[in-house]
Amino acid sequence: MSFAIAGSLDEALAALASGARPIAGGTDLVVGARNGNEPLPTSLVAIDRLDELSDIVAGDHGIRIGATVTHSRLMIEPAIVSGYTALADAAALVGSPSTRYTGTLGGNVMNASPAMDTGSPLLVLGAVAHLRSERGSRTVEMSDLWTGPGQTSATADELCVAVEIPSSPTRSGSAYVRLEYRRAMEIAVVGAAASLTLADDGTILDGAVALTSVAPTIIEVGDASTLMTGQPPDAAAAAISIAASDAAQPISDLRGSDSYRRHTVGVMAGRAVSAAARRAAGEEIGVPVNRAIGVGAAL
Amino acid sequence: MTEPITLIVNGMDYSVEVDMGRNLLSVLRTEIGLTGTKEGCDDSECGACMVLLDDHPVNSCSYLAMQAQGRSVTTIEGFMSDDGLNALQQSLLEEGGVQCGFCTPGMIMSAHALLAGNPSPTEEEIRIGLSGNLCRCTGYTRILAAVVRTASGD
Repeated sequence: MSFAIAGSLDEALAALASGARPIAGGTDLVVGARNGNEPLPTSLVAIDRLDELSDIVAGDHGIRIGATVTHSRLMIEPAIVSGYTALADAAALVGSPSTRYTGTLGGNVMNASPAMDTGSPLLVLGAVAHLRSERGSRTVEMSDLWTGPGQTSATADELCVAVEIPSSPTRSGSAYVRLEYRRAMEIAVVGAAASLTLADDGTILDGAVALTSVAPTIIEVGDASTLMTGQPPDAAAAAISIAASDAAQPISDLRGSDSYRRHTVGVMAGRAVSAAARRAAGEEIGVPVNRAIGVGAAL
Repeated sequence: MTEPITLIVNGMDYSVEVDMGRNLLSVLRTEIGLTGTKEGCDDSECGACMVLLDDHPVNSCSYLAMQAQGRSVTTIEGFMSDDGLNALQQSLLEEGGVQCGFCTPGMIMSAHALLAGNPSPTEEEIRIGLSGNLCRCTGYTRILAAVVRTASGD
């Protein structure tokens, strides 16, 4: 058993190459081990003090968010709230103030839970993960990163160092809506994110929708762009609602039955489209949508 | 296998020998002897174990002692002073926000961190700030009132 605090990224990568697993906030790793889901790895390397992993760099072409940026920072960072709002919606719903203070974006991404709140926002916003190892660097689309519940295509020696999201055109908006039974320490019963751009006439120019907690990974509604393009937001929301329920492949567990999830994910997806369209039109809807509009985000 | 580490708790250095998997809560309670921090659910759900880590609330049941090295840990004992109770503790007493008392240390940690960052929170902001802390006695209303009272300085 060993626990090392990395003093540099190179030290962290060397530790991973020797078989250590990374720990940042530990909100999944430690809780999972204490629940008996999976024992703690025998060798851990702490990456939460590495300055090079905690930067947020916003530019005209997009934003690069270091892997150890916490949810409490994501939910208030002006560049994210204004330009990548669905991600702020999601970060603001994660756990409790304590979870948000210690939990990180990189941890959420690499834990690869199908119920992860930041997942569907990252998918609809077109994010990529930057992975580093002693062997080199590579960039992976989120849809290629998540391969199953708790599974990623990253190898054991690869560390997620940052997530990068391209900027959106003007008149764009995004939103993440979650069905929840309580307002803290909750895991999505289902969730949905939408990102879209409006044309000058108020119809939808293009967009994407992704779903949380209804499949082995976060999934996109494949035909979302076709269904929404050229439609006014209300018609797009109605069409997406049906398509989301069709795309869902949910399981039954203690948080909901498969049929309940299939129905409610359609409702959430429609609400995500409506909220994203309102934001795209310039309306200020606070972060998170769930709190600004009501529990479960009734519109 | 244990390893020697130093923890900074309530401004004092403590040298302890801990297993890698040992949580901060158990080290605080059984190695350092600070039993004000409580173990409730042991799953980050209830907040009875809340401490401040560099002035932010953290569930000490779900945080490894190893992770806390070099960081400043504050427990409820850190609020003891010769002047008696602090304003938040006094408000909790006067508003009847304490019944069995088990959640109170964690509740104070979360409320303290909230007020330090936001001295005039709205009721909604207080509810969010305390959302990681469960109380099975008071129904929360009196705890909320105590935080409002502390914030307003009454």
